[in-house]
Formats: sequence, C-alpha cells, structure tokens
Amino acid sequence: MNLMQKPRMRMKPQALARWTDRIMRCVLWVIAIGFIAVLLIFVGAILKQGWPVLNLGFFTKMPESLDAGGGIKPELFNSIYLVALSLAVSLPTGIGAGIYLAEYAGQGRVLRFFRLCIETLAGTPSIVLALFGMIVFVQTLGWSFSLRAGAMTLALLNIPVITRVTEMSLRSVPPDLKEASYGLGATKLQTILKVLLPYSATGILTGVVLAAGRAFGESAILVFTAGTNVSSRFPDFRLTAPGESLAVHLWYVTSDGTLPDAREIAAGTAAAMILVLLILNLGVRFIDYRIRKRTR
Amino acid sequence: MPITDHQEQKPVKLRARNLDFSYGDKKVLDGISMDIFAEQATAIIGPSGCGKSTFLKCFNRIHEVSSEVRVAGDLEIDGVDIFRGGIHEVELRRRVGMVFQKPNPFPKSIYENVVFGPKLFGVRDRDILDGIAEESLRKAALWDEVKDRLKESAMSMSGGQQQRLCIARALAVNPEVLLMDEPCSALDPIATAKIEELIFELKKEFTVLMVTHNMQQAARVSDYTAFFWLGRLIEMGPTERIFTNPRDRMTEDYISGRFG
Ligand SMILES: Nc1ncnc2c1ncn2[C@@H]1O[C@H](COP(=O)(O)OP(=O)(O)O)[C@@H](O)[C@H]1O
Ligand SMILES: [Mg+2]
Repeated sequence: MNLMQKPRMRMKPQALARWTDRIMRCVLWVIAIGFIAVLLIFVGAILKQGWPVLNLGFFTKMPESLDAGGGIKPELFNSIYLVALSLAVSLPTGIGAGIYLAEYAGQGRVLRFFRLCIETLAGTPSIVLALFGMIVFVQTLGWSFSLRAGAMTLALLNIPVITRVTEMSLRSVPPDLKEASYGLGATKLQTILKVLLPYSATGILTGVVLAAGRAFGESAILVFTAGTNVSSRFPDFRLTAPGESLAVHLWYVTSDGTLPDAREIAAGTAAAMILVLLILNLGVRFIDYRIRKRTR
Repeated sequence: MPITDHQEQKPVKLRARNLDFSYGDKKVLDGISMDIFAEQATAIIGPSGCGKSTFLKCFNRIHEVSSEVRVAGDLEIDGVDIFRGGIHEVELRRRVGMVFQKPNPFPKSIYENVVFGPKLFGVRDRDILDGIAEESLRKAALWDEVKDRLKESAMSMSGGQQQRLCIARALAVNPEVLLMDEPCSALDPIATAKIEELIFELKKEFTVLMVTHNMQQAARVSDYTAFFWLGRLIEMGPTERIFTNPRDRMTEDYISGRFG
C-alpha cells in the first residue's frame, strides 16, 4: 500500500482551522451588527417621535389631566427619587446579603432555605410583587399609594439581583489575593472591605446599574403601590406623597384616553425615559472607567 | 527527635513535633518533627505533592482560610504553641510573613501594596508610612527601580519586580519569620538571581523557611536543607552535608536526580 497517498478532497488541518475561524468570526459580526441595528432603529424611532415634544416646557410643567400641553416635571422627579429611595434600601441589604453568602455562610439547611428565598424572589413576576406590595404596604401598613410603598416594593424587586451580583463578584476574586491579605494579618472584615469589595466594585456596579434601570422602567409595581397621581407641590420629598413615575405616566395617558394630546405626551415621555437611561449609563461607564484606571 | 545533626548556636525559632496534617480525610503530613533556627535559611526540597507547601503554610495557618483541615501534634514559635498557646492567627500572620509561589500583588499602586499591612494595624501618619515604604522597598532591593513610580499600578511591573514587591509588602509588617513557597518558580533566571541574593541578605535579620524545586538554589542560599518524601521528613541537616554526604539512601537518590 502506498502510504503517501492521501484521501482526496481533504483539507489540511491548519486550513480547516483557518476557515472555521473566519466563518465563526463572520457569523459573530453579523449577530453583533444585527443587535446594534435593532437597538438603533428602536431608540431612533422613539427619539424621533418624541423629539418635537421635548422642549423646556415639557420638562418644567405640571401634567394636565384634561387639556393638551401638559408636562412631566413631577413624574421625572418621582422616577429618579423612587429609584434613589429603593436603592437606599436594596443596596445595603443586597450587598450585605451577597457578602454573607460569599464569605460567611456555611452549607447548612438554613442557608439552603435562604438561597431558595432569594431565587424565588428573583423569579417572581413583577405583577405578583405589585399585588404583594399593595396588600402589605398600601393596605396592611396603611401607607396608601405613596413613594414609600413604591420604593419598598421596588427594593424587593432589586434585592435579589444585587445580592446575586455581589456574591458572584466576590467569588470571582482570585484566591491568591485573599491569601495575600490574610497573610499580612488582615482580619476577615478588613479583607472584605479593603481587598474583596474594591476588586469587585465594577462587577457590583454593573449589577446596580441594571437594577436601577429596571426600577426606572418598572410600571406594574408602581401602578399598584405608588399610584397614578402626583403631588400638587413640587418638589415633594415627603415619603407619603403620591408617586406617579414616568413609566406609569406613559401607561396611564395611553390607556386613560382623556387627554387630547395623549399620543404626543406618551412619545415625549418615552423619549425622556430613554434619554435618562442613556445619561445614567454614560455616567456609570465614566465612574467605572475611573475606578479601573485607579486600580488596574 | 528531629532527624538532624546540627551544632547550631542560634536559638530554635520554629519547632514542629509529630505534626500530622490532613485536608479533610486526605492525610498529607505524617509525623513531622523539625527545628528551624533563627536567622538561618532553611530549604525544604522534595518531589511535587509531598507536602512541602502544606508544611510551610502550617506556620501561619493560611490554609485554614480556604480549606477544611485537621492538624495533630505540636507547632511552636519561640517555644509557644501556635494552636493552643493563645496566639491569635491574625497576630501569628503578622509575625510569620509569607511570600507565595506566584507573585500576588494587589491591583493597587506600588505604594499602596507596601503600606497595606501597616495601614491594617492603624498606622495613619503619612510620614511614618512613607518611611516604612522606603525601608521595605530598600530591603527588597526594589527601591531604586520604583522610587519614581510609586503611584503606578503594581500590575504594570515585571514578574520579578512583582515578587520583590510581595517580599517588600511582607517585610513592611516587620515579621520575625519569612515563609517562601517556591518564590522563584514563576521567574526568569535574572529575576531568580536577584531574589536569591535577597534571601541571602534577609536571613541575616529574619528566619527564612523556603520551599524550592531547584536543588542548586537550595545549595546556594540555604544553611539547612530538609528532604520531604510522601508527607514525611526523611532527612534534615546542614545544607553542605546533605548535598555532599546524605545519610539516607532516598535523599541521595533524590539529590542525584535518580527520581522525583
Ligand atoms: N487545599 C487543598 N485541599 C486538598 N488537598 C490539597 C490541598 N492543597 C494541597 N493538597 C494536596 O496535598 C498534597 C500535598 O500538597 P502540597 O503541600 O502542595 O505539596 P508540594 O508543595 O510538596 O508540592 C498533594 O497531594 C495535594 O494534592
Ligand atoms: Mg507546593
């Protein structure tokens, strides 16, 4: 038999590898460009529709309930204030729980139950949380439709996300950094505060931004807990004030149908939300960049 | 009795007696008895997996951070029992510093790396911290290379510089003992030579206990050499004697490269 004879039509392994590499790269490029295109078209359409409405008056006037030409000043305020209030509750709770799970918890039965609770909370549909928040905060505690009821329910939505991302980020810290810290005589708390948390800061920050964005866009929960009214004062920082947010306003004006310019108001509100989210993300990217520059 | 033939004038700094060690159910060290003298460099040699790193880490209990371990027998520092003598592990780790196999600087500036330990213990005064940083970096033979870039990230340094930074960082807490687990195994020959020179200097002031894979290195820098095999201490003695006239057949086979 002639050992030199090769089967026909067979590519050399390197050539094959090169071709699979090229093809994969093309496929991934197409997918990536597809995603970007969809996003641009989507955001572009919203901004285009909303643009004519977005003037200074729109941001500085109170909403109207029957006439055209209302603004979104209190809704914009409420949206930001609600996110801030909910983070004030969910950040310490979620980060604390994440630290506990990553660094202190053992393997016991109580712990499995705790994890199950977090997972369940994470998977709860927001309409269920909304009803829960309404029954507990609005009715049982008698908080009525208010900023505090809305913020607390939003916090419930976000605590599992922040807990999980904190735990994951802490677990991803290389063990040799932990050893280095303990090896220098650091206590557990010092190691967490000075090595683990700074190292995981960007990861946790990403999770917090996702959580904040979700809270900002959430409507179902807030319809049932913060309500569809705004305070007649501005700015109204009282936690008991009614707290209609932008997302709720958007839903309300389109489904209520009493406003002659409901379409325009809705388009303007949607565009304003997109703008706020863009600013939020850019701001966080910047902070993230600063952190990275300082530590890496 | 430890298997050794020292005629040392220096005091015993670290002492192990009948030390057994297991990770969970896996027994790794079996009845180790050994004396480590102050202001001397002691090298541990032996094939991979024979428990050298484990033995080293016992002296500052660092493996307890991440693993389930069981220890029996006695370990002493200056005659005080490490486990039962009332020394808190945080205090122990201050007195017994460690340099790891892979350089592991924090992703912070060079300066912040060195003053990490002192800051833990509450040193806040800028001048004092600056002084500690300079002194430690000088002792680690790194000062001249980094004195103009102390604010730069430690991650921008070469591997050899990072390892010397880790030594400086360990020295900054003013330890009595320095444990070094194959400190040169990730470094090139030039960086290795620098670290060896450094160990030679450091042992004048500190007790150095090091693991090395490299027998020439043990011969060059250590005063005493211990040969481990399968979790046991086979032989220990003055380095020159171990390398020229080993008493145990296994030691002889190992150092002449017949196994391991
Ligand atoms: N954290 C750990 N958990 C379980 N087993 C370990 C752990 N670290 C090391 N071992 C095992 O203990 C034995 C000795 O390891 P080590 O002390 O690292 O040896 P050496 O440093 O001599 O190569 C090896 O068999 C290794 O697999
Ligand atoms: Mg080892």
